[in-house]
Amino acid sequence: MSDKSEQQRLSVFKTYKLYVGGKFPRSESGRVYEVTDSKGKWLANAPLSSRKDARDAVVAARKAFGGWSGATAYNRGQILYRVAEMLEGRRDQFTREVADAEGLSKSKAAGVVDATIDRWVWYAGWTDKIAQVVGGGNPVAGPFFNLSSPEPTGVVAVLAPQESSFLGLVSVVAPVIATGNTAIVVASEKSPLPALSLGEVLATSDLPGGVVNLLSGRTAEIAAPLAAHQDVNAIDLAGADDVLAKELEIAAADNLKRVLRPQPVDYTATPGTERLTAFLETKTVWHPTGSLGASGSSY
Amino acid sequence: MAFEYAPAPESRSIVDIAPSYGLFIDGEFVEAADGKVFKTVSPSTEEVLSEVAQAGAEDVDRAVKAARKAFEKWSALPGSERAKYLFRIARIIQERARELAVLETLDNGKPIKETRDADLPLVAAHFFYYAGWADKLEHAGFGAAPRPLGVAGQVIPWNFPLLMLAWKIAPALATGNTVVLKPAETTPLSALFFADICRQAGLPKGVVNILPGYGDTGASLVAHPDVNKVAFTGSTAVGKEIARTVAGSKKKLTLELGGKGANIVFDDAPIDQAVEGIVNGIFFNQGQVCCAGSRLLVQESIQDELLESLKRRLSTLRLGDPLDKNTDIGAINSAEQLSRITSLVEQGEAEGAERWSAPCELPSSGYWFAPTLFMNVTQAHTVARDEIFGPVLSVLSFRTPDEAVAKANNTPYGLSAGIWTEKGSRILAVANKLRAGVIWSNTFNKFDPTSPFGGYKESGFGREGGRHGLEAYLDVR
Repeated sequence: MSDKSEQQRLSVFKTYKLYVGGKFPRSESGRVYEVTDSKGKWLANAPLSSRKDARDAVVAARKAFGGWSGATAYNRGQILYRVAEMLEGRRDQFTREVADAEGLSKSKAAGVVDATIDRWVWYAGWTDKIAQVVGGGNPVAGPFFNLSSPEPTGVVAVLAPQESSFLGLVSVVAPVIATGNTAIVVASEKSPLPALSLGEVLATSDLPGGVVNLLSGRTAEIAAPLAAHQDVNAIDLAGADDVLAKELEIAAADNLKRVLRPQPVDYTATPGTERLTAFLETKTVWHPTGSLGASGSSY
Repeated sequence: MAFEYAPAPESRSIVDIAPSYGLFIDGEFVEAADGKVFKTVSPSTEEVLSEVAQAGAEDVDRAVKAARKAFEKWSALPGSERAKYLFRIARIIQERARELAVLETLDNGKPIKETRDADLPLVAAHFFYYAGWADKLEHAGFGAAPRPLGVAGQVIPWNFPLLMLAWKIAPALATGNTVVLKPAETTPLSALFFADICRQAGLPKGVVNILPGYGDTGASLVAHPDVNKVAFTGSTAVGKEIARTVAGSKKKLTLELGGKGANIVFDDAPIDQAVEGIVNGIFFNQGQVCCAGSRLLVQESIQDELLESLKRRLSTLRLGDPLDKNTDIGAINSAEQLSRITSLVEQGEAEGAERWSAPCELPSSGYWFAPTLFMNVTQAHTVARDEIFGPVLSVLSFRTPDEAVAKANNTPYGLSAGIWTEKGSRILAVANKLRAGVIWSNTFNKFDPTSPFGGYKESGFGREGGRHGLEAYLDVR
């Protein structure tokens, strides 16, 4: 007994895995890459995703789209809030991972994690409000009832920001799914661990499998097939540098994907609605009102 | 005994078309730098209407410079002043509506009934609508001080020449941008008349510039490094090319592209109204409409009855002189477009779809195509997949609402759709499931400046019309 207490306990490593279709697969390629902390110390071997992993993730995201986009906005809000609850419970874990990933002190990292959880809560509250803010009735010059309402654009590929491994990640993922889209997320290349751990949170949060799919690896390698994929409707280029972003935007033109270009963002500031509306379509529905016209016709 | 229609031609004396026109740059009509010109013809007679200067890359550069220079003052004007210019333009359009309607019919080939009763009232309405936004932008939901983008390069098609100009120019000017617009090579005249309206309205020089030309002119405009915003309406293929061109730049882009709209008729629909809606959906403007209802999806149990009514109705459509007020079907816009329609129809026949064309006599000169149906069409047929952009309707059938939705959505396009049923819950359920930007239920082809218009998927992105239409011309970050 005493011997054991003097010995240092050997910790149990975690095998970090992808999160695709609600499951935790390794990369089909069997490849991994070394993830280190800011000082170069080995942290884990993360999956090095392949084109095939990206395509599998698209299939999963498409499959989940009908159910997720068809869920009520209230229900989506409840589920997103549940994610925040789960995040709160793992606050310490994420603090450690963010501190390692971004070279922050424990207290600074804790601040980032708090901001991230609050960001998630902020977006959870948007699910049932955005339609009222950006939709509405149109006063047309004729006897018609005419309504414009936003709808999710579909399957969205998200290149998470490279530097902000957790706050930035959540700031780009949450608005995509809050509005009813499903997402394939490419984690920060250098610091993918908080993203991969987010998958564990999502899996235990009532979020249907496939709504968010998380991949780690080389951003350029995974992003190319996603940008060219005919069944991806939009792409957020937040994590691409200018050269890669241009290449991906050209590839995205092939099926006229909606493209959100990279731009300088202060992720600590409260966001606007841009990331919500970037992945929405506006649908306008007309119907005759049966108003009594000049001719005296009736309804 | 059937009553015959007496000819009822609209007088063309109200329009004075000059033998030649220049480019409109910095408030002046000027020749193209390389002196190039092209002829614009009337599609119904092949008569040459005028010779128009053809803008090249150098002219694009000149026009963009003029627009850039004008931007400084125009964007600094109080919104209430910009509004007054737009109101003036709207009023002058109303005053000159008859003249412009005749002009448009001559240059485009569409019936006077449509230019007079649809195009021109909508053109004026768009300017009125966006005039009212110019001094209220801080209330539009894009932040407290939304900023214009700068110089807008706009490329518009030939199917609604003046209406597309209005859709592009009205919101651009209301938000404080300046404009370089390229009308289509087959229909440049109404845009050049619009230049004269700008002059009458006293619009500052350089705020609006008009550059007639072909695709290469448009390509130079889109690629010009000093253009901040690109707006394009036209084919999906060109739209994709433009998206590639602006990739990696800071240019804001909106695209209104092709469509293959489904018009879904359920068994409880009022047949006569549905037939009128189908006719309006695909034969309005000779079917040269991006949001045309070119795929009729009819519930199997009423297919025979509906097709019989539809054929009967099509046999009464009057095809001929577009300037005749009784004409329903005018000319196809160009020889090139006619040959595209013809070859797609031949392909439809070759693939085994059953063709029926309305029995009507086609005039001996000009470009004409009789209203045509394809029956026994499957989803794999070219006529069910490709946009024909002509008076050709493909008929498919379905049994259940789910099948109708699946077939309607089975297209890379997503611009428009129609639903015909008396059952309200079915309208709402189906409208929810259709992946299209505009859904007309128990009506078709309705447009209004207050109403956002635009597509899903490969029909492009961005919306024109309504509050949404402002976003394309504002820095909303």
